[in-house]
Amino acid sequence: MTKKLVVISGGLSQPSSTRLLADRIAGAVTREVTARGEALDVEVIELRPLARDIADHLVSGMPPARLRDALASVSSADGLVAVTPVFSASYAGLFKSFVDLLDPDSLTGKPVIIAATAGTPRHSLVLDHALRPLFTYLRAVVVPTGVFAATEDFGGAGRDGADGLDRRVARAAAELAELLVRTSGAVRGFNAPPVDEVGQVDRLDEDSVVPFEQLLRGEQ
Amino acid sequence: MHFGVFSVSDITPDPTTGRTPTEAERIQALVTIARKTEEVGLDVFAVGEHHNPPFFSSSPTTLLGYIAAQTERIILSTATTLITTNDPVKIAEDYAMLQHLAGGRVDLMMGRGNTGPVYPWFGQDIRYGIPLAVENYHLLRRLWREEVVDWEGKFRTPLQGFTSTPRPLDGIPPFVWHGSIRSPEIAEQAAYYGDGFLHNNIFWTMDHTARMVHLYRRRFEHYGHGSADQAIVGLGGQVFMRKNSQGAIREFRPYFDVAPVYGHGPSLEQYMRDTPLTVGSPQQVIERTLSFADAVGDYQRQMFLIDHAGLPLKTVLEQLDILGEEVVPVLRKEFEARRPAHVPSDPPTHATLLAAGPDHPNAKIGPERVSVGGAR
Repeated sequence: MTKKLVVISGGLSQPSSTRLLADRIAGAVTREVTARGEALDVEVIELRPLARDIADHLVSGMPPARLRDALASVSSADGLVAVTPVFSASYAGLFKSFVDLLDPDSLTGKPVIIAATAGTPRHSLVLDHALRPLFTYLRAVVVPTGVFAATEDFGGAGRDGADGLDRRVARAAAELAELLVRTSGAVRGFNAPPVDEVGQVDRLDEDSVVPFEQLLRGEQ
Repeated sequence: MHFGVFSVSDITPDPTTGRTPTEAERIQALVTIARKTEEVGLDVFAVGEHHNPPFFSSSPTTLLGYIAAQTERIILSTATTLITTNDPVKIAEDYAMLQHLAGGRVDLMMGRGNTGPVYPWFGQDIRYGIPLAVENYHLLRRLWREEVVDWEGKFRTPLQGFTSTPRPLDGIPPFVWHGSIRSPEIAEQAAYYGDGFLHNNIFWTMDHTARMVHLYRRRFEHYGHGSADQAIVGLGGQVFMRKNSQGAIREFRPYFDVAPVYGHGPSLEQYMRDTPLTVGSPQQVIERTLSFADAVGDYQRQMFLIDHAGLPLKTVLEQLDILGEEVVPVLRKEFEARRPAHVPSDPPTHATLLAAGPDHPNAKIGPERVSVGGAR
């Protein structure tokens, strides 16, 4: 069955080195997944065109349609690649705002590659000090290899040699592909609650309702 | 069908003048609005309950009791009464008292309240919002329906041999609505007892509101209170009207743009597209409101929010004139024309509950048919 990879690119400039890195990772994941005999659909979500919608959702509590579609795409993905520029020693504010608007359960168990771009390699620990705890909090499965690209990596002048970035991308992609093609073998039970179009429990479906007698007894 | 207005009781500066009304002015203004609601021929006036600035309505039964003395016909209601942080014993006492003073012209709407600190200020915890709403409301039902109550629960001091006074007028507890924007547990609660369900229909898209209402309708039928289309449904909505739509938009935009709830966010046009907010001519308000019944089915009560975001009293009274003269008469006619005969037009009132007697769900503590199978 075709798997779905969603790539979140939080770059703000146009063209964006964050998007450049996102595309390299997406390409590598596609190669690794197809090499394992599965097909992969890739959807890239650029946050820049959603910036105003993200702000509107934050202040009004309700997502505009285009943003709602983007959030639903993330929820329904089999795997994620999350790429942000580093601003002031952490992920970009816009990137975090988008993540803040995700349903807190929407990333549970989802394999994720974390990646970041910056002007200097001195920011590289942002991956493990900021991005990894964020996605761990959301119960995503973050692959061991994070991908950090400083400007110099695009020129091949990185201290781990001309192909250093490529090797990191390939290793992360292989780790994600392993998780993407692995099937649990479990079958949804007969009494499992109904799920909505993005694979989450649909709480407004009649069959998910906790009967009131149960609520009255203090069982939730 | 009932038509009315509900107020959140906010004290907000008028963005066109920069002037903030005093509490005294806003409180008297709301009394004037309530009297006008009756005068223009609407059916219901409801006020919210809040315990933090910029809202003034911390004591709804005092306000509604005063309005009861100055009106003769309108039903006095709430939007909402906090079932989580109020002591259900005090709700039972206060609203039974109001019911006597108002000659039965009272119903009320339960809500949980979403302001975190209000819970600890009243000795509660917002994380238990749903369990509080469930336990407190069940106790409230018993207090109004059993002469002597022995009770013990998780959230309140036990009661032994307690009688809530005054007893409900004529032994008929006020009809209760439950309001919730997105909690299926509250739709389920309303359905279980055969109470009304009201969606505020202001902050969310119509398709979401429709899903909440349909969940309530199906569970209402499940509990044996009637068919799904006979469930008692209310909707909110917000409107601003002028003779022509461009005039309405021009006048309302400065209020919308800085409104406390959605201001500094989406544009007025986008918000009108995504939510039921209607700013335009009376005809546009009529058409939009009629379309609500396509989404949620034929319903029994439509409430309008018209006095918020710093709008001056004079403007609010003009809105009520337009509602009473041009909008509601047409809505009444059109809604009745499309309503099947077996679907009730009005929600229960004191008079109809008195006539219905002890077999009506409102007379009972819970339904006879309890949930079996099907659900988790």
